[in-house]
Amino acid sequence: MQEWANQLCENRQFGSKMTDSKYFTTTKKGEIFELKAELNSDKKEKKKEAVKKVIASMTVGKDVSALFPDVVNCMQTDNLELKKLVYLYLMNYAKSQPDMAIMAVNTFVKDCEDPNPLIRALAVRTMGCIRVDKITEYLCEPLRKCLKDEDPYVRKTAAVCVAKLHDINAQLVEDQGFLDTLKDLISDSNPMVVANAVAALSEIAESHPNSNLMDLNPQTINKLLTALNECTEWGQIFILDCLANYTPRDDRESQSICERVTPRLSHANSAVVLSAVKVLMKFMEMLPKDLDYYGTLLKKLAPPLVTLLSAEPELQYVALRNINLIVQRRPEILKHEMKVFFVKYNDPIYVKLEKLDIMIRLASQANIAQVLAELKEYATEVDVDFVRKAVRAIGRCAIKVEQSAERCVSTLLDLIQTKVNYVVQEAIVVIKDIFRKYPNKYESVIATLCENLDSLDEPEARAAMIWIVGEYAERIDNADELLESFLEGFHDESTQVQLQLLTAIVKLFLKKPTETQELVQQVLSLATQDSDNPDLRDRGYIYWRLLSTDPVAAKEVVLAEKPLISEETDLIEPTLLEELICHIGTLASVYHKPPSAFVEGSRGVQHKRLPGSTESPDTTSAAAVSDAPPAVIPSQGDLLGDLLNLDLTPPTTTGPPPPASSENNLILPAIGAGFGAPPAAMPASFSAPVSGGLDDLFDLGGGVGMPMGAYSAPKTVWLPAMKAKGLEISGTFARRSGVIQMEMTLTNKAMSVMTDFAIQFNRNSFGLAPAGPLQVLTPLNPNQSIEVTLPLNTVGPVMKMEPLNNLQVAVKNNIDVFYFSCQYPISMLFVEDGKMERQVFLATWKDIPNDNEAQFQIKDCHLNAASNKLQGSNIFTIAKRTVDGQDMLYQSMKLTNGIWVLAEMRVQAGNPVYTVSTAACAYS
Amino acid sequence: MNQSQGFFKDIQISCLVVGWLLSNTASIILSFRVWGGQSMTDSAPSWFFYSAEMIHSLFLINHLGDIFLEKHWKSVISRSVCDYFFEAREKAVDPENVPPVLQTPHHYLISIYRGKLFFLSVIQTEVPPLFVIEFLHRVADTFQDYFGECSESVITDNLVIVYELLEEMLDNGFPLATESNVLKEMIRPPNILRSVVNTLTGGSNVGETLPQGQLSNIPWRRAGVKYANNEAYFDVTEEIDAIVDKSGTTVSAEIQGVIEACVKLSGMPDLTMSFMNPRLLDDVSFHPCVRFRRWESERVLSFIPPDGNFTLMTYHISSQNLVAIPVYVKQSINFFEAGSCGRLDITIGPKQTMGKTVEDLKVTIHMPKAVLNANLTATQGNYTYDCTTKMLVWDIGKLNPQKLPNLRGSLSMQTGVPNPEENPSLNIDLKIQQLAISGLKVSRLDMYGEKYKPFKGVKYVTKAGKFQVRT
Repeated sequence: MQEWANQLCENRQFGSKMTDSKYFTTTKKGEIFELKAELNSDKKEKKKEAVKKVIASMTVGKDVSALFPDVVNCMQTDNLELKKLVYLYLMNYAKSQPDMAIMAVNTFVKDCEDPNPLIRALAVRTMGCIRVDKITEYLCEPLRKCLKDEDPYVRKTAAVCVAKLHDINAQLVEDQGFLDTLKDLISDSNPMVVANAVAALSEIAESHPNSNLMDLNPQTINKLLTALNECTEWGQIFILDCLANYTPRDDRESQSICERVTPRLSHANSAVVLSAVKVLMKFMEMLPKDLDYYGTLLKKLAPPLVTLLSAEPELQYVALRNINLIVQRRPEILKHEMKVFFVKYNDPIYVKLEKLDIMIRLASQANIAQVLAELKEYATEVDVDFVRKAVRAIGRCAIKVEQSAERCVSTLLDLIQTKVNYVVQEAIVVIKDIFRKYPNKYESVIATLCENLDSLDEPEARAAMIWIVGEYAERIDNADELLESFLEGFHDESTQVQLQLLTAIVKLFLKKPTETQELVQQVLSLATQDSDNPDLRDRGYIYWRLLSTDPVAAKEVVLAEKPLISEETDLIEPTLLEELICHIGTLASVYHKPPSAFVEGSRGVQHKRLPGSTESPDTTSAAAVSDAPPAVIPSQGDLLGDLLNLDLTPPTTTGPPPPASSENNLILPAIGAGFGAPPAAMPASFSAPVSGGLDDLFDLGGGVGMPMGAYSAPKTVWLPAMKAKGLEISGTFARRSGVIQMEMTLTNKAMSVMTDFAIQFNRNSFGLAPAGPLQVLTPLNPNQSIEVTLPLNTVGPVMKMEPLNNLQVAVKNNIDVFYFSCQYPISMLFVEDGKMERQVFLATWKDIPNDNEAQFQIKDCHLNAASNKLQGSNIFTIAKRTVDGQDMLYQSMKLTNGIWVLAEMRVQAGNPVYTVSTAACAYS
Repeated sequence: MNQSQGFFKDIQISCLVVGWLLSNTASIILSFRVWGGQSMTDSAPSWFFYSAEMIHSLFLINHLGDIFLEKHWKSVISRSVCDYFFEAREKAVDPENVPPVLQTPHHYLISIYRGKLFFLSVIQTEVPPLFVIEFLHRVADTFQDYFGECSESVITDNLVIVYELLEEMLDNGFPLATESNVLKEMIRPPNILRSVVNTLTGGSNVGETLPQGQLSNIPWRRAGVKYANNEAYFDVTEEIDAIVDKSGTTVSAEIQGVIEACVKLSGMPDLTMSFMNPRLLDDVSFHPCVRFRRWESERVLSFIPPDGNFTLMTYHISSQNLVAIPVYVKQSINFFEAGSCGRLDITIGPKQTMGKTVEDLKVTIHMPKAVLNANLTATQGNYTYDCTTKMLVWDIGKLNPQKLPNLRGSLSMQTGVPNPEENPSLNIDLKIQQLAISGLKVSRLDMYGEKYKPFKGVKYVTKAGKFQVRT
């Protein structure tokens, strides 16, 4: 780094002498020492220059924390610039030097009383940024004064400071009554103060979702709307985002809010515009559609959205992701604006791809000719990814707009004629989808497709082509030859192609049994005997048995009519879309995932839903709040595709059908089959921190009147109804008389009756498995709940999970299969015979190596009560003794898989802090 | 036989002690996990708790991928977080193509690309990405405003001012002062003279008092402005974005208009600008100073202007019949299989110029990779072909309607390579003085609130924005 700085310095020195690069001229040798001397110089000017050098080093990432005491010494000064620089330094390094930071407290407190409001504000602001407990204690009094300061600049800075303090010590903020002061600031006379108070409150509210801090009522809303007109652009964003959380009482209130928000659509700041769009999109739901104002509002929304597309490309990208949601919800807004989404060749690729997506969403019979002409143009561009997507888009147009299908097919054929390898392959993939959508219509092009057989080298294209040959085997004279040619390199093909080839040849056989007997035998033996892929083998065997036992049934199964695919496959599921509309402008809207799915640390995310229109006010069911959201495995569509890979989906499926590309003519037993492989791709961020286990176990505080018996946590929601088509599951684990039990409440929040419940676990750390079937004998009516207790054993298959106590569960009912994961308290696994002989304990304790030991401290508990309570959870106290004024308690416990955990609890007389050392060993 | 790992923390915790038997061989892995509880006071990993910061850290990265400045508004985040960005940068090939929002295991990276620099912000929580992007652009604008350019050298030359600015602009994720008028009162921009004076007298570049505008209802204007010459100039600039296809038909066309102002007026002037044809403007966005209600009801712009240069409004005209296309292009670019060569022939003529002269005419073509060189003759202007970037630039200058400029000749191609599939697009640059192509005209500018008579002026210019002709 130093070398780099020197070099940088050499480069610059020639040019400008009066610049900050001079701060890099010191050499490495004794640099810190020199700076130290300069910082302690008597000359003010020299001091300031030295601090500047320190700051310059800091900006490029050098560690200058060693100078802490010397820099802090410069803090007491009349020179504002020097003071600011020292504050800058303090904010960076106070955390690493907490004991030194305390030296600065006096100056801070003094500065908070300074006659100059700039200094008062600066001091309180800086104190809030220093996350050191000792400093925080001293912050309260100055902060209280500053919140009531006569100068609005100080008040607005102090408002933000409350949020900072809350982040450091929430309890303190509540105890000191700062939250109430902050709420009062919403009525402040200065709009900037109001905006900052709102921002601070929303932020605090976000980290405490149930605190009900932002108590939005018509009065506060009115205040916010007034402040909205007068505060800065950033304040407007905070206020608009806050407004979006409000649910108006009726359509009239909704309309009046909309009217006052619409001027924001003309703001130069795109974030303000998008936040305003969010408020309008949400409140519009409440307006009756026949209202004149509703139409006016729709018209007003289009121009600002279009304008966002003339901004910088980064802004365009975010805007496009949001527009993608908006056109799915309300296509009428932008239906005439197709042209602004036309791609320019020098758009960044990420903008191009998004524009293309929206073009397809907006494609209709009216504009399809134009769209197709554009897409054809794009298909000759340079960027391969973009070209591929453009070709796919042509296919999607054909599926979406029936009238255009013929034109799309001929465009695709034109593109195939270009012989550009990747264009041809993409075209064949989408033509397969067109065949599925419009069977028996465009088969005349098959001949052209077959000409390109040799050039296909991508698995997806090969698989698509094979599917076409198999599906239309009766019309292709040399279908057997074509398929046979693929068979030669069977083992080198990817699984996708192998599976497709197997199915295609079986189809061929069923259509032309006489000539192809040999071929089908060949492929079946390749699939079942020479392959080590279980999917392929299984499918091969199933076909084999089907063909050998009942060829008629085989024909019915394999050549069954396939469900038509529709353009809805790529639409976002409606409930998710509703939630995302409420989150327009946020990261969730960019990723098209619910916020609960990926934002780390935002515990207890509230699922937002659009308010219903006044005719059907069902907003009460919207608030599905849970403190610790259980991990729900996302995107059912994908998982269904992966795990079950069903083509002939159960007829009652209401959700999106599996992706068209997973085209496998095979019925697998509904649920069990998926569990061969563990659900892939469990995002790490999903393992929400659940405080269970020993936390609750060692919660020994109130030792009076404790119930004997194992601790069992209250039920939490594992599977919210939103994710499971109306089925809500909450549950907990318990160990009752030696049996591990999973206690669940199933609630039907859907409109229809649920039946046929079944449950399965994925492989897990301790081999937990259901000891019997799920006992739900009667159908579950809408709005009905049922309590189920499922006994578990620990003889199931074992696989290490992350975290260890994670359990992935699949629940099936007549509607669908749902996946979720939950975490069980480890105490469940402590067995009843976990009491170790004293002598054995002593010997074992010594035998366990030191590095198998872990220590924890627990505050405030009572020894005797503890041992009783612990015994209830199968943690057995072996011995108790007193050494050097310390009470020692020795305990043992044994896990279901034979691992022993030994613990030593130590308590110092008069000190309520317990130290627990645990060690573990195993007997094989 | 036994192996274990663990970490211990002196905190009030929920802990989980689990022994884990892998198989019958009795090899054991002990894993100790320490989780944070409800209390927010402890030193749990920083990413765990909900963080109050919106923008946690900012890194400035040059085109070589060196981080040359970092600013943390809270705790220090290691530079290694940028590795995710570098990975994406690598994948994107061109710097313009790096996705602006990236997800990493613990953070989100939101970046903009300005003046060959990446402004990369690290955020940890749900925050409106547009908010962050707007803010980053505002930071870049401020640097531009302060130092005249926004480049690595100028930033490293002014590190301390840059740091002071960043601190002033954002507090705990809340933008504090982003108006350049306000900032300039708090932190004075550098200039050579002041540097000399400061060095001699020990003066400072930080304002000692609170900027007046900061809290009034007009935060954009500083108080006590005095000029000897009072003047207000407005530039109406319109850019035509258009796509014209092979046959000369307009595929799409729109106008991005902007009114930039340079207002140097003493005191608190209150201005009103009215237009001959305000109906043209139905999609507008304004500087915060514009009174929206007056616009809604009377279609006039009424505002107390900021001092100095600012953007008064931008507007967008998308209805195609209002967008005139000033030039037409006749072109043919062909590549021949045999002989590995190609031919190019381009002629440009005036179309709808409203009687004005088209100036600064320039055609840029991004040629396919296989084109090695170009051997062309231009009847007017010069052409250059850069064979590394494959850019053919024909600088024409003024368009003479009597004698249309033409560029023709042959292209030499790489042998043994199949013909390029893609058709190169032509990018047109041009300028027309004294004309707003939409026909927009300012009819009057009135000043209230002050007694003096200002100099007033409005200038119009039309330019080509993203003007593309497909071949």
